[in-house]
Amino acid sequence: MLRTSRGAASALGVLLLAGAAFGQDAEPIKLGVLEDQSGDFALATIGKVHAIQLAAEEINAAGGIDGRPLELVEYDTQSDNTRYQEFMRRALQRDKVDVVFAGFSSASREAYRPIVNQFDGLAFYNNQYEGGVCDANMIVTGAVPEQQFSTLLPYMIENYGPNVYTIAADYNFGQISAEWVRNIVAENGGTMVGEEFIPLGVSQFSQTIQNIQGAKPDFVVTLLVGTAQASYYEQAGAANLNLPMASSVNVGQGYEHKRFTPPSLKDMYATVNYVEEIDSPASKEFVEKFRAKFPDEPYINQEASNSYAAVYLYKQLVERAKSTELAEIRKVIAEGDVCVDGPGGQMCIDPKSQHVSHTIHLAHVTEDHSVEFPTKWEAIKPYWLGEAGCDLTVSDPSEQYTPSNPPPANG
Amino acid sequence: MDIFNLIFSFLYQFGDAFAFLVLSACGLAVIFGMMGVINLAHGEFIMCGAYVSTSAAHAGLPLPLAIIAGAVAAGIAGMIVELAVIRPLYQRPLDTIVATWGISMIVTQGTLIVLGPSMQGVGTPFGSFTLGGYSYSVYRVILMIAAVGTLVLLWLMFTRTRFGLLSRATIQVPHVAEAMGVNTNLIYSLTFGLGAGLAGLAGGLYAPTMTLVPTMGASFMVEAFVTVVVGGADIFLGTAPAAAILGIIKAALTGWQGQLAGQIGLLIAVIIVIRILPRGISGKILKERA
Repeated sequence: MLRTSRGAASALGVLLLAGAAFGQDAEPIKLGVLEDQSGDFALATIGKVHAIQLAAEEINAAGGIDGRPLELVEYDTQSDNTRYQEFMRRALQRDKVDVVFAGFSSASREAYRPIVNQFDGLAFYNNQYEGGVCDANMIVTGAVPEQQFSTLLPYMIENYGPNVYTIAADYNFGQISAEWVRNIVAENGGTMVGEEFIPLGVSQFSQTIQNIQGAKPDFVVTLLVGTAQASYYEQAGAANLNLPMASSVNVGQGYEHKRFTPPSLKDMYATVNYVEEIDSPASKEFVEKFRAKFPDEPYINQEASNSYAAVYLYKQLVERAKSTELAEIRKVIAEGDVCVDGPGGQMCIDPKSQHVSHTIHLAHVTEDHSVEFPTKWEAIKPYWLGEAGCDLTVSDPSEQYTPSNPPPANG
Repeated sequence: MDIFNLIFSFLYQFGDAFAFLVLSACGLAVIFGMMGVINLAHGEFIMCGAYVSTSAAHAGLPLPLAIIAGAVAAGIAGMIVELAVIRPLYQRPLDTIVATWGISMIVTQGTLIVLGPSMQGVGTPFGSFTLGGYSYSVYRVILMIAAVGTLVLLWLMFTRTRFGLLSRATIQVPHVAEAMGVNTNLIYSLTFGLGAGLAGLAGGLYAPTMTLVPTMGASFMVEAFVTVVVGGADIFLGTAPAAAILGIIKAALTGWQGQLAGQIGLLIAVIIVIRILPRGISGKILKERA
């Protein structure tokens, strides 16, 4: 049902990337891009749009996907969940795109996901998140808690001590991630000495800092989201809180270490599947290509890398399926060997959950805000959904599960 | 000794909340409280002050001068906005909502396009001090002093200077002031500029402690409007006591149950105050006095 059609090219923001290399008859493959190019999340997501543009340009220069040019249909979702719903409907219904790359916050993903289900479309969510989405219409290329916390927290407990304090953004991402932190801390013999949820948009942390000092943790898990909440680091630094920090979401996404004056992020540890400092040939090549096209890009973050790799994952899926039909693409996913070498390492799609395995790098921010990598973990699988009973090759519940709300036992 | 620490830490948190409420609300108290313009671009004047003062500090100006430069820049921007957009709308307060909201969106998005998604901060100066197991930022104490200082200066300006007298006269009964030979257009413009400049001052003062992004003004808006609505039209009888009461509520609830409780407490306080004091604290005081 998602066949491409001509005539919708008048859509706002349509970017024709097709060059003269393609024949008159090669119908373009349309990729909808719904990302926040303005509003509170824009800082972390403009790079995703640029990464998709870069990948599309490379693919078109090399002959397109299966001989067909890749055409981007871009919408600015303005960090606003209702915009996601409007534009998702427009992209699938009017523009008839073949695939959509959409979403930064988990709230926005949950806002548009029912619409993708309704039209039986295919959406890539290229963001790290709290995990648990078991939906055949979604492919998630971002890292999930079992990949980020099961590596990060044992390292922190071993190196700094067992007492943990969590501050998290107060919405589905922060709440569910904090639940993961509680579970993994307990499994590793640690103790939660405190937990605080911060409403989105809060920028003053004086009292929170004091609450943390009162609880005397060995390290603080920061799951802060949005630019307002990032003010925490500056204020904690100014109050000389001086505690090591661990995060699944900071540094790799909002490049706080580049934006704040050292040493406010000293001893921040983040598990990322990519940041631009990674010192590998693939990473260096990616940074070089990116900066050649977008010289003013302030930072190439994890989500930009995921989005870039996701375009190549999609290319491989379509070329192997010889179709843009979801059913054909999912047959290819079920073969279990869909992998690309992303800028941060190999990424393979897990057929049960349609999530992606990653090389997880431990990024340590030093006193002068340079980044070093004490260790990395290769081929970390998004195992939780599969183990908990989500198997998209058998059934498609289109639900989001959490550790306290797992899939029903009979599957 | 422990009691002393407890009291000090509460006073510090109260002072911190008080300073944030006073500084975010002062400019709005002038523009919304006094002049009746519902200024949804208040946050953007704050952002303007923050950006200008940070750029000035990066350019080598000492921080206090840079903060003043931010306030002056926001004030000038305010006077331009007043002249170009607000002037025909003084008798149409609801239309000012749409006009200032539009300005807010244009400025936020324009800044994003021209200056990019964020700006490198200057870092919080002056370090920290330790008392009874807790460490505190020195700069936040300076913010408290700045809040009180701003209130005192404003009080002197409105009660002891000719500008203050003319400004109050113009806003209370414009046609009589005009008949007495006051250039009311100029006074309106200067008063609006003062409000915008105070917003810029808040931006400049908080810039070293915050993320500098085009949308940063939004995180001041709730507190600013809440304080002005609770306080009512008068800055000294309204904004200051409102900030004190709300500061106690916010510090106590945040310390007890976290940020969410603090936010909820703030909003519940407004609902209660609007219900029993429809014209705010100062409306009540002034009515009793009359």
